Amino acid sequence: MGQLSMKQKKHAVVNRKLCVACGSCQKVCPMEAILVYKGLYAKTDEARCIGCGRCVKECPASVITLEARHEN
Amino acid sequence: MKTEKHWYDYLWIAELIYFGLGFFNILFAWAGLCMFFIPLILALAGWDKAYCNRYCGRGQLFALLGGRLKLSRYRDVPGWLRSRFFRYGFLLFFMAMFCNMLHVTWLVFSGAENLRQVVTILWVFKLPWQWAYSGAVTPWVAQFAFGFYSIMITSTVLGIISLLLWKSRSWCVYCPMGTMTQLICKAKHE
Repeated sequence: MGQLSMKQKKHAVVNRKLCVACGSCQKVCPMEAILVYKGLYAKTDEARCIGCGRCVKECPASVITLEARHEN
Repeated sequence: MKTEKHWYDYLWIAELIYFGLGFFNILFAWAGLCMFFIPLILALAGWDKAYCNRYCGRGQLFALLGGRLKLSRYRDVPGWLRSRFFRYGFLLFFMAMFCNMLHVTWLVFSGAENLRQVVTILWVFKLPWQWAYSGAVTPWVAQFAFGFYSIMITSTVLGIISLLLWKSRSWCVYCPMGTMTQLICKAKHE
């Protein structure tokens, strides 16, 4: 549980300028939290993302990073 | 949680069948034009990059080989390969090679050249492939098939080398079809 909550403090962030919109991230996301937007770049749903990092590992363009959530 | 599979998740099988058929009869290479035109038609018709995201059998095959079969080292693709310069440069190079293939087909059509029953891999290595052509059609039709099959094999070989060296779908970073469809999307939406 401790490890899970640590992970959930992070979420995936896409560098939109360099994304090739191949969709490999959306294929591996277990939460369907990442989608290719209009064929331009991948877009994440921060609320759904659990920060598992599978998209980070899969992204061939290495444009996805895990970043700390902004706490409101 | 995402669990259900769709029919299009198995298009990698069609990719294997395509290469298998081309091994025995080169004329099946013509079917590869679908993989050339469908992504462009979908992008122009408002489906954006649906082909890359869902229907690309080659991408699925690479994901399968690299991920499920663990053939990929999962290393970062080098920066130069991910650069826009390389991506657009490779697109231009690939299109130039495609035009060259069309030119050779034209030469055979016009009678200036004889049919070459070879498959050229990586634009250099010529493999004899004469068993796959029975002489049933006019030579230029067969020449186009040999040329197009060479392009399809070459891109697959590059994709496999890329997945072995880096990540499963490293080919997608510089895939000419992916670059073209994204350019269409940029032109439409930006």
